[in-house]
Amino acid sequence: MRKEYETVIGLEVHVELATRTKIFCGCSTAFGGRPNSHTCPVCTGMPGALPVLNRKVLEHAVAVGLATNCRITRYCRFDRKNYFYPDNPQNYQISQLYLPVCRNGYVEIETGDGGKRVGIHEIHMEEDAGKLLHDEWQGCTLVDYNRSGVPLIEIVSEPDMRSAEEVIAYLEKLRLIIQYLGASDCKLQEGSMRADVNLSVREAGTAEFGTRTEMKNLNSFRSITRAIEGERERQIDLLEAGEKVVQETRRWDEAKEVSYSMRSKEDAQDYRYFPDPDLTPVCISEEFLEEIKSRQPELPSEKRKRYREQFEIPDYDIQIITGSKHLADLFEATVELGAQPKKVSNWLMGETLRLLKEKELDPEEIRFSPEHLAALIALSESRAINSNAAKQVFEAMFEEDVDPEAYVKEKGLGMVSDENALRVTVEQVIAANPQSVEDYLGGKERALGFLVGQTMKAMKGKADPAAAGRLLKELL
Amino acid sequence: MEKTQILQLSAVELGRAIREGRTTAVEATEAVLEQIEKTEEQYNCYITVARERALEQAAQVQGKIESGELTGPLAGVPAAVKDNMCTEGIPTTCASRMLEGFVPGYTCEAVRRLEQAGVILVGKTNMDEFAMGSTTETSAFGVTRNPHNPRHVPGGSSGGSAAAVAAGECFFALGSDTGGSIRQPASHCGVVGMKPTYGTVSRYGLVAYGSSLDQIGPLGKTVEDCAAVLELIAAHDEKDSTSLCRQDVDFTAALKRDVEGMRIGIPRDYFGEGLEEEVAAAVRFAAEELRICGAVVEEFDLSLVEYAIPAYYTIAAAEASSNLERFDGVKYGYRAKDAEGLHQMYRRSRSEGFGPEVKRRIMLGSFVLSSGYYDAYYLKALKVKALIKKAFDSAFARYDCVLGPVAPTTAPRLGESLTDSLRMYLGDIYTISVNLAGLPGISLPCGTDSRGLPIGLQLIGDCFAEKKLLQAAYTFEQSREG
Amino acid sequence: MADRISNETIEYVGMLAKLELSREEKEAAGRDMGRMLEYIDKLKELDTEGVEPMPHLFPESNVFREDIVANGDDSEEILRNAPEQRDGMFVVPRTF
Repeated sequence: MRKEYETVIGLEVHVELATRTKIFCGCSTAFGGRPNSHTCPVCTGMPGALPVLNRKVLEHAVAVGLATNCRITRYCRFDRKNYFYPDNPQNYQISQLYLPVCRNGYVEIETGDGGKRVGIHEIHMEEDAGKLLHDEWQGCTLVDYNRSGVPLIEIVSEPDMRSAEEVIAYLEKLRLIIQYLGASDCKLQEGSMRADVNLSVREAGTAEFGTRTEMKNLNSFRSITRAIEGERERQIDLLEAGEKVVQETRRWDEAKEVSYSMRSKEDAQDYRYFPDPDLTPVCISEEFLEEIKSRQPELPSEKRKRYREQFEIPDYDIQIITGSKHLADLFEATVELGAQPKKVSNWLMGETLRLLKEKELDPEEIRFSPEHLAALIALSESRAINSNAAKQVFEAMFEEDVDPEAYVKEKGLGMVSDENALRVTVEQVIAANPQSVEDYLGGKERALGFLVGQTMKAMKGKADPAAAGRLLKELL
Repeated sequence: MEKTQILQLSAVELGRAIREGRTTAVEATEAVLEQIEKTEEQYNCYITVARERALEQAAQVQGKIESGELTGPLAGVPAAVKDNMCTEGIPTTCASRMLEGFVPGYTCEAVRRLEQAGVILVGKTNMDEFAMGSTTETSAFGVTRNPHNPRHVPGGSSGGSAAAVAAGECFFALGSDTGGSIRQPASHCGVVGMKPTYGTVSRYGLVAYGSSLDQIGPLGKTVEDCAAVLELIAAHDEKDSTSLCRQDVDFTAALKRDVEGMRIGIPRDYFGEGLEEEVAAAVRFAAEELRICGAVVEEFDLSLVEYAIPAYYTIAAAEASSNLERFDGVKYGYRAKDAEGLHQMYRRSRSEGFGPEVKRRIMLGSFVLSSGYYDAYYLKALKVKALIKKAFDSAFARYDCVLGPVAPTTAPRLGESLTDSLRMYLGDIYTISVNLAGLPGISLPCGTDSRGLPIGLQLIGDCFAEKKLLQAAYTFEQSREG
Repeated sequence: MADRISNETIEYVGMLAKLELSREEKEAAGRDMGRMLEYIDKLKELDTEGVEPMPHLFPESNVFREDIVANGDDSEEILRNAPEQRDGMFVVPRTF
């Protein structure tokens, strides 16, 4: 019989920081652009070029460290990690090994089994590598250094997670905090957030950890989940067969949903780290810390607390809205423009989430502005449009952030408030439905609803149902 | 002015002559180029002579001097630059096959500052490959010969720069000093060479050997020339994180003939085994000269001298192994033909592109950083470096300057040194700790041996004490001339 | 110490440093490195208990750049010395 196994998981999360320029030179970090058009002697490893640290990188790294309860290393330094690979123009990566900028933090996560604390071993600053493009036809590789030197932080967790669910909860929490701080947009698909999974299994109840493997190339929550499940099974199968797990790096193949070993004899994993003599140490003063703290925006937990006190909206809505920096910003900005919080929340929780799900988008990708949402709510409140028309306008807004007032006018979605036009239609409806008129007069209240519906239908939805009901009663 | 007359001038004298209209930048450049034509075949000081560019530049600079746009002391003076400093549009090889044909698109900050001041760049001088060596014999482009005796080496690694100054093939030159590479060839070629405090001159554009030790500095005919050049190139540079903000860089202000009351210490440990008697005598004679001029000279125990070389070679090799990883055949420089696969391309390009001494140091450096040896070797060396720095700190609590030899011997004969690399390393004993402690040091002629080869005197100062050094050096130079 | 530099060590270091040495070169390298390390072992005589390693000479710290784009498109210059290039990129033997 197969034994019970426990999965032990630690994560190394790389986050691309939202700076204008690279970590050690004045080249732009913007996406796109011709190959090697965002490069200079520094980020292409030319002889004699020297690095100078971008202050913003340190600010972001410290802000993330503070928000994840880390101890900030007051005297930190950069080290060189030496290995040969063409995406790394100097053949060493400037990173931090001996004195990383943050240590000993944690984040709280919520899972099905309740709350849990995931420890953060350290956060360090480093530079990203260039991009390799493979030419299958010519059998060669092309190198573009536009991404070389883009600033990263690597967040190394403790091996505190026990399931894919906890891993996803941890990643979502990290992403939320970092997005709130404005330190990164954290898009997994675009690679601005990347996770390497360290995983081992052990017989339930054992104290020692098993041998772990590291999996790379995971660029969606789905592939992380699949890779964790697959690797867990692979390791258990090995142990059950009396074999050993080999400590190695494995690459996840998204298409085939299998991982394979990246080992090669050229890969000694002996990085010969040593302090980079080209960069001076970084001393983090009390004033610097205070400055970062004072700039720190409201974090999710604080925001939730404030919403509960400030707005009369359900707790569930608060959870969802504060669960995305963009949703929360949108919510607050729309309320600021005078819209009623409950109405705003309804639009976000209802139509917005429905369309996001339908189109498989992240809340961060919402395009409509708070001004337009506020305008739409105002139109709806003043009964200038009915609810069907409002939904139609909203869909257009969601697609391309149209101005609701202009759109209503252009598409003729406004309600007919003209009493005379409405009266003509109501008269026609009464004439055409004698049975229902009789039923109503005989005391069947429901028949009135049918007549209102017929009126709406005749006016192609542009009638105010309340006004139609009033008029029907009057004429009958 | 006659060309032979021009060549007799120091750099500062030439600058003055040009400003006063007694000669021109073009005449001076032509004089240097003619001298190069005459003697270069024998000495091989240069890897690249930028003849046309120099003449064009001279004409432009002359115009600017005449229009009053350029007024500096060295405007119009032809100079040479060691070939490990990048120069836009001019090949920069580090005397290595690895960089043959490499033409940078940017200029070393120190060179840029010279050109901005109207200095004419004549060419790029020969050196030990990637500055690794003490004789200029490890160059991939042939040895440089000592103008005082062509059967002898000029020293190194800035041997081309020292020889070019000594041979009149330029008026001054820039060198780089990681463990004595300016001071030792200056000593062997009978010229003045100065390594400033670490961080005084920007390293941007200097191809790194040992980044924590490398400093650019001048080699010239006189102490005054070195002070004037250093004044031009010493400046804070935002492109180099280790570049310092210094206010006291008006070095020529220190050129006073006065050492009255100056305290000069002579480390007893510098006069031990291995030091040639003639060198020891000349250096002691120089100390006596300074005493007569009014300095208080005494001997003391510096301590730790024998630990400087092992600490230095550990640190320099470790940094070099990493600094030279970028030479891989991908972005520039030599790439082996027909290699199978990426890693073979790396291995073959590097094995064919680097010479034996460079490979030796890369191997040593990779070893001392490798897993299991880092603490025992690299970290240990960094601790010894801290102790050496402390030993100098206590010396400078008592003395304004430390005086000693530059090298244990005068220039060795060609081919003598490379047979035993460890013995060659031992020759760096008096210069190396200056780099470990980041101190300024100056080397200036103090006599010749019985074969007529120059002997150098070294003065070492505390960090930022270049002015004291220059004042002592200037006083000695002046009193020696009478 | 000299005999500690085995052929395997030389091969291993050669792999790290991406240097391919011939048999004679390997022998010479083993000998050279052995002698050098024996010499460096002299450092072990010194008591460095409690001494802070000194990677940087000066207490100088916090040298920063502001986050301002300073470089334009210089790709032509960057690629000028490339041993092999195509479509504005460096070409290397396949890595896949």
